[in-house]
Amino acid sequence: MDLSQLKQVSTCEWRHEPQGAMRVPVVLYGSQTLISEMDDKVLKQIDHVASLPGIVDAAYTMPDAHWGYGFPIGGVAAFDPEEGGVVSAGGVGFDISCGVRTLLTGIRSPELRHCQESLADSLFRAIPAGVGSKGAITLDSTEMDHMLLSGARWAVERGFGNPEDLEHIEESGQMSGALPVAVSERARLRQRREMGTLGSGNHYLEVQEVSTVFDNTTAATFGLAEGNIVISIHCGSRGLGHQIGTDFLREMALAAPAEGIHLPDLELAYAPIRSALGERYLGAMRAGINCALANRQIITHLVRGVFAHFFPGVELTTLFDVSHNTCKEENHDVAGNRRRLFVHRKGATRAFGAGHPDLPETFAATGQPVFIGGSMGTMSAIMVGAATRPEHAFASSCHGAGRQLSRHQALKHWRGRKVVDELRKRGIIIKSPSMRGVAEEAPGAYKNSAAVVDAAHEAGLSRKVAGLQPLICIKG
Amino acid sequence: MLPWQTHEGRFVVKVQPIKPRAELFAHGADIGVRGLGPTRATAFEQAGLALMMAVTEPSRVAPQTAVEIQCEAPNDAVLLMDWLNALIYEMSVRRLLFGRFAVVIDGERLIGQAWGEPVNRSRHTPAVEPKGATLTLLKVETRRDGTWVAQCVVDV
Repeated sequence: MDLSQLKQVSTCEWRHEPQGAMRVPVVLYGSQTLISEMDDKVLKQIDHVASLPGIVDAAYTMPDAHWGYGFPIGGVAAFDPEEGGVVSAGGVGFDISCGVRTLLTGIRSPELRHCQESLADSLFRAIPAGVGSKGAITLDSTEMDHMLLSGARWAVERGFGNPEDLEHIEESGQMSGALPVAVSERARLRQRREMGTLGSGNHYLEVQEVSTVFDNTTAATFGLAEGNIVISIHCGSRGLGHQIGTDFLREMALAAPAEGIHLPDLELAYAPIRSALGERYLGAMRAGINCALANRQIITHLVRGVFAHFFPGVELTTLFDVSHNTCKEENHDVAGNRRRLFVHRKGATRAFGAGHPDLPETFAATGQPVFIGGSMGTMSAIMVGAATRPEHAFASSCHGAGRQLSRHQALKHWRGRKVVDELRKRGIIIKSPSMRGVAEEAPGAYKNSAAVVDAAHEAGLSRKVAGLQPLICIKG
Repeated sequence: MLPWQTHEGRFVVKVQPIKPRAELFAHGADIGVRGLGPTRATAFEQAGLALMMAVTEPSRVAPQTAVEIQCEAPNDAVLLMDWLNALIYEMSVRRLLFGRFAVVIDGERLIGQAWGEPVNRSRHTPAVEPKGATLTLLKVETRRDGTWVAQCVVDV
């Protein structure tokens, strides 16, 4: 990205002033290196977002931002329904409520290394992953409705986990306002056999070692200590979310001309929040969030089954479960006024700071855990929401390393088998049904996750708590 | 003698036949799929093939099962998106991969067939699962040489 078109506000904050149809400025977070290496199309896309009706304050990108569809990945924007604000299916993405859940094990690294290989094999067998995989559960229409309304709470009621898990999930595991009736038959059929599946692409299940602690006090509250083993599950709402995205992206694009909506780019298709279509999308999207929460809950249950075999008596507890593809209705202070806004976070994590009323009691004094996924061979991070005043980017932070090479380019650089062998030499076991998939997801295809985390910390989006090194990675 | 001039001195125009082909193009975290051909229908068939190339090597997919697909849309671009999304849907619910396609387009209506087989993970080693065809870089158009191009970005 050409830095000359931006104004540097601080080390990791850059501003693009409104021009043309833009209603608000754009704020980009990231170091000079990250921003200069960012694709120009990120700025083009977020400029378009800044031109949407009812947008409030500014349109933001996170340090891991990259070119997406509609919104850039790593984009954040909030809209006021009382000012004609809109909701965009492309602003949430196809993988509704894709997110990360991290489990604490209490196991120390040397204990795990004794059985690392066989544990990896067992996890790979137990967790359905990749194209063509299916879950052990088949949902009929009634159960589907229950799941879409109650999310992880439904899963716990069906025996997949503990009530304590729900206290450590955003929205207490159940997104309110879901409208199962707004979810198409096609979306339901795609999900029927997909509960408890990981998916493919950048989704993974990792067994990780806490390799670095940056903030001892917060780490202790989170139950993290150097040498401890944690498990991170990264996946979303599977076929149901994908189909909701498909259905509404089309409907919003086709409805635009009749509604007098001129789209600078079709991919920005949106509907006013206060419209039948907007409300229907929000209802379906919230049902999609519940599907993702239920999905990660079931996978948690499957992981517990495997660990119980290897480590009898060890309890896996949920640290937290955060989503990074959502549109959520939240209160925020904007220029001294408290406003009810619809915050789109696409490839961005909610990062409420200490004292936020929507946080579970456990995190009231610290702020919420924020999970930044690495890339098989690189560090993941646990951060904590920063209670800055005013909030940055509607209390949002980054979600991962962010791609720097396309899948196409990655295939030209790496061979899957070689990636697996090289990682094994470093003590990381990769299990995947597809070597091509591994090559497309090679660590080198992603930005330096440490640089992204440092930039988020420096910008005040969230604070570093601990770094995690992968030991086992199950890829779809 | 110029290359387009015959020995008798007459001028002829040599037209190279347009070969159908499928290709992928780079797009950030996702994948662009593009079909090219002498007609709109062949470009759509090739776009279907490109979609499969994002997942596996289509020649490894045996045409054991046929699935019929019908779509209707107000313009070519949305019709392409619908066609690709219909394939993604069928792959998802039937757990199939496809290797061969036939498309007939009549105005705003498409009737297509896709031939394939259930996913065999050891033989197909599928790389990614397509989530949906997007409106990004979506276009159906003809080039100056008459080649039809049908393309869009697919979220994977």
